[in-house]
Amino acid sequence: MAADKVDPIHQFHINKLIPIDIGGYDLSFTNSALFMVATVIVAAGFLFLTTSSRSLVPGRLQSVSEMAYEFVGNMLRDAAGTQGMKFFPLVFSLFMFVLVANLLGLFPYFFTVTSHIIVTFGLAVLVIATVVVYGFMKHGLGFLKLFVPHGVPVFLLPLVVLIEVISFVSRPVSLSVRLFANMLAGHITLKVFSGFVVSLSALGAVGVAGSILPLAMAVALTALELLVAFLQAYVFAVLTCMYLNDALHPGH
Amino acid sequence: MFVTSAFAQESAPSADTSHAATEGETHSGTSVPAEAHGTFPPFDPATFPSQLLWLAITFGLFYLFLKRVVMPRVGGIIDVRNDRITQDLDQAAKLKGEADAAVAAYEQELAEAKTNANAIGQQANDAAKAEADTARKKVEAALDAKLGEAEARISSIKANAMKEVGSIAEDTASAIVEALVGGKASKAEIAAAVKSVAR
Repeated sequence: MAADKVDPIHQFHINKLIPIDIGGYDLSFTNSALFMVATVIVAAGFLFLTTSSRSLVPGRLQSVSEMAYEFVGNMLRDAAGTQGMKFFPLVFSLFMFVLVANLLGLFPYFFTVTSHIIVTFGLAVLVIATVVVYGFMKHGLGFLKLFVPHGVPVFLLPLVVLIEVISFVSRPVSLSVRLFANMLAGHITLKVFSGFVVSLSALGAVGVAGSILPLAMAVALTALELLVAFLQAYVFAVLTCMYLNDALHPGH
Repeated sequence: MFVTSAFAQESAPSADTSHAATEGETHSGTSVPAEAHGTFPPFDPATFPSQLLWLAITFGLFYLFLKRVVMPRVGGIIDVRNDRITQDLDQAAKLKGEADAAVAAYEQELAEAKTNANAIGQQANDAAKAEADTARKKVEAALDAKLGEAEARISSIKANAMKEVGSIAEDTASAIVEALVGGKASKAEIAAAVKSVAR
């Protein structure tokens, strides 16, 4: 099936590796689950092994782990203050998971976990659920002050509260769609340009010469996707920090 | 270029659907995935339960591993390093303080030595001056004594000379009288005459 090679959607197909069916739900171990496991093993293994020597003067790899740790730590402290540091493990896990999943997805033939909306939505719901649960636990009904900004004229208040509620409800959606759409679009574009190379090369000498341009584009896009992989993990973590800040200090 | 890709993009899903239609639920050994209903795979709800379950399992384990093992370790490494740096800085500050104190002590000793040296010099100067003064006074006293002695001798010589002046005058007078008058005048007369003149 020659068309399969250049089908840009093919890479997002879920294949069952170990079919599991419990209570009518399909809970199979799929290629997506396999790459979730791979992501966790790579990320956890890297952090674990590079820090195993606990050197006072770190080597290169240990520096990378420490930089990631301090990077996320500073991000959270800047956004949510010292009180926010109780969420450090959550934010660090999210950042590392998304980052490594994005980076692994860049390898040819690898599945990109974060290119599935349900995965990013699951992570986003985890964040928002943490915000809501912690917000109500800490402030009780005072958490609802989040929707009532200070210094708004009374006659505008219903409108402003409505807007605030809508913006809060749309947070998990925007958080998940941003990551998902970036990864999806990037991988489709990469695949389309690589597909050009394959299709053109099949046309003979002229085609091979003509395929140089899309090949160069594919290389450039790979670099761009590397940036996007990091940037989206960063954006996801930063937004998580800001939402957690709302849970800690709802009164704006 | 674009025609090719458009053809490819369009043909692929239709090929999938045709496969799914022809082969139905049998899933016999083609590369076509089982869930290929022609829907866009990321929006296929059939895969949601499995993905959510495995996400929960893997991310949950990842979270626990990072929270329990990795983060205490990395945090510990960084804390130890920061402690060590502050400790080293403290020690450096302490050593610097010691060095400063040593410099201050040295300078104080130097100043003391200078004042001591000045005092000793002054003392020696004063002693020399006093000695010179006493020596000068002694010499002056000796000179004064000699001067007095000399003056006494001069006055005694003068007195003697003055005493002799009378007898010389008498002799001279008697000689003059002898030469002029030709007779001898008595000694007493001459003496009386000289005394009356000398007065």
